[in-house]
Amino acid sequence: MRWFWIDRFTEFTSGHSATAVKTLSLSEDHLHDHFPGASIMPNTLVLEGMAQTAGLLVCEHSGFTKQVILAKVSKAIFYGEAWPGDTLTYRAQVHSIKDDGAMTSVTSHMNGQLQAEAEIFFAHLEQISRRGDKVELFDPYDLFSWLRLLKLYEVGRDADGNPLKIHPHMAESDPHLRSSAAAVS
Amino acid sequence: MPAQQAEVFEKVRNCLVDALGVDDDEVTPEATMVGDLGAESIDFLDIVFRLEKTFNIKIPRGELFPEDILSNAQYVREGKVTSEGIDQLKKRMPFVDLTKFEADPRVTNFGNLLTVQDLVNYVQSKLP
Repeated sequence: MRWFWIDRFTEFTSGHSATAVKTLSLSEDHLHDHFPGASIMPNTLVLEGMAQTAGLLVCEHSGFTKQVILAKVSKAIFYGEAWPGDTLTYRAQVHSIKDDGAMTSVTSHMNGQLQAEAEIFFAHLEQISRRGDKVELFDPYDLFSWLRLLKLYEVGRDADGNPLKIHPHMAESDPHLRSSAAAVS
Repeated sequence: MPAQQAEVFEKVRNCLVDALGVDDDEVTPEATMVGDLGAESIDFLDIVFRLEKTFNIKIPRGELFPEDILSNAQYVREGKVTSEGIDQLKKRMPFVDLTKFEADPRVTNFGNLLTVQDLVNYVQSKLP
């Protein structure tokens, strides 16, 4: 099972807001195992999708160079159940980003109705471990592949409204982009 | 309590109720953040964000909760804050009464030092 709880971004404005969708399919294991006989998406996994939407928005702000972890969910309210065939639309908004973390709020809508809302805090981990090693939570190439699957670079905009360029830290992780850059230079 | 201080206290109280999930009446001026209100380290980041938003102020890292001093070997020996460290804390946190802490400056005691009133004093010092 892959830990992907959003299917793709439909809107993404650097440092400000992002919208992602998640469509439920009856083939997903969690819909069979959590509430036997009632294929309802667990609220914890809705929250995970909301956190992935907001977390990637926060992480993008540093060009994916900072290590971002979910620190705290200070509020989470669920108003409805999501079933196979439903599409959840998560909208995340950044309220503040500082050196040590970020404050965000996220909503989930289904059929135009508010399905859930949450307030989520993220912390920036120290980049260097006590042994002096650089800390990476994700393999950069895996992260880059995920971002492309999510259509980040197709819908993303920078703070000025221009199309989002591939971040240097991501480009460096891709052997094809590295060899193209070497050929140009 | 003067009017402006009372207003600041009410807003600080709302921030703490939202951040810590405590009841209004638990947030008294004398209540300590860690011992009485159960704040954990990650809650302080939450509280900083809320205070900044509510009062439209900037809170530099380490100013309200000086973890860097308390984890610096230069200022801590055998689990106690040195007199040099106490001087640093006084400079950094003029809004906190450190008299009790000076008598027994174990780092573990520091968490129980900060009160709601200290937060109110701090916010007031940042307001124009």
